[in-house]
Amino acid sequence: MDKIGIVSYGANIPRWRIKTEDIASVWGKDGKTISKGLGINEKSVPSMDQDTATISVEATRAALKRCSINPQDIGAIYIGSESHPYAVKPTGTIVGEAIGATPDLMVADYEFACKAGTAAIQSCCALVKAGMIKYGLAVGADTSQAAPGDALEYSASAGGAAFIIGSENVVANINHTYSCTSDTPDFWRRAQRKYPAHGGRFTGAPAYFKHITHCSTNLMNIAKTKPEEYDYAIFHQPNGKFPVSIARKLGFTHDQIKQGLIVPYIGNTYSGASLVGLASVLDVAKPGDRIFLTSYGSGAGSDGFDLSVTEKMNDLSRENAPSVFQMVEDKEYIDYGTYAKVTDLLYWE
Amino acid sequence: MGCEGVARFWREIPQRYNFIGNKCGSCKRIFFPPRESCPYCRRKSMGNMKEIKLNGKGEIVTYTIIHVSSEDFEDQVPYPIAIVKLDEGPQITAQIVDCNIDDVKIGMKVESTFRKIRQDGSTGAIYYGYKFKKVNKQ
Repeated sequence: MDKIGIVSYGANIPRWRIKTEDIASVWGKDGKTISKGLGINEKSVPSMDQDTATISVEATRAALKRCSINPQDIGAIYIGSESHPYAVKPTGTIVGEAIGATPDLMVADYEFACKAGTAAIQSCCALVKAGMIKYGLAVGADTSQAAPGDALEYSASAGGAAFIIGSENVVANINHTYSCTSDTPDFWRRAQRKYPAHGGRFTGAPAYFKHITHCSTNLMNIAKTKPEEYDYAIFHQPNGKFPVSIARKLGFTHDQIKQGLIVPYIGNTYSGASLVGLASVLDVAKPGDRIFLTSYGSGAGSDGFDLSVTEKMNDLSRENAPSVFQMVEDKEYIDYGTYAKVTDLLYWE
Repeated sequence: MGCEGVARFWREIPQRYNFIGNKCGSCKRIFFPPRESCPYCRRKSMGNMKEIKLNGKGEIVTYTIIHVSSEDFEDQVPYPIAIVKLDEGPQITAQIVDCNIDDVKIGMKVESTFRKIRQDGSTGAIYYGYKFKKVNKQ
């Protein structure tokens, strides 16, 4: 059997943006200081007619445009998100129908804060390896929520990426994957609640940094690699500072992370965050390149991946769908009033 | 509660999600949305209408800007609604998104994008389907 890995990929980022400074000015804060402190200049905002289902469908259709697989050969769809449009009715049913993959397939929605999409990739890998499916579709997408005035309001954004996993025409082999999990209550959203709550600084050292460090170190031990052997590295990016800091701590350079560091331009797309970064790297990666990725999901856990780009990348029609940076540049600014309207801040029962 | 239109919408999912139209086996005309029979060939088309997937691309024939909408679209005004001539021939009415309303032009090339169309309040079903956006050269 050929190696298992990514057969195609696609991303989707809504066009609307709001600047960090515009949010800060509403709350009487110094926008420049906040923007610099978070490392986020602006964030993407979904329009009234965009949600996790529409972002997942558009990202998947982009992936399908780049390759020539028959959607009927997709045997499993797993959508990772913490903003599924329905509490009960899987987003994957809508995606499956919209890409023509129904009815003979497995579908389930995943939730693990910001790492549900990477968990979906691992499930698809396992099913392909077991010979149960030919291709699996893994998506990480969110239209994340933040309470007005909360620190998260500067970062919670919208976007996602989709990956077709298989063992034929693989453009990036998944050489190794590793996960770690613990009960760490750094960020959560209780049932029936509209906005998440978080532990402030507790989200840093015992949560994000501890899990990513543990996962990344063990992954490199298993892969018998060192940071300098990778051409690109992507880490979960809840803000612009954490991924830069963890990269440095682990021994990666800024040159290795800059292609996959999208958060300064679109904010934190939660389940989409590390995967939009991976899509951006795949936009430019060449055969022989080696990619390192570690996601992080609050609650908490990390999934790590060691990937190698294959010669098949030359056959992938990457130009058939917009690159991540093309979508980053295709934007329209909105003011806080419009933002408040589309994010449901103005409505009452 | 909030589910009166669910069955009708469900029946229309193939056309709303994937542009499934049909083609008269007699005169070869293409219809979207699909028709039970061809209005030109009538009896000759009965049982001879073949399903066909359209590519979801087309051109704006004419448009208007909606300033006073139905209740479901009040939060989106002003927005453009256009008659789009699909590449395969049928003309349909659809919302144009992802562009400034001043940029909408007759003759503009457009492609479909998957969007939320409406929902039955905060507890009912969410209905998805096509809208159109300007074709961006990559």
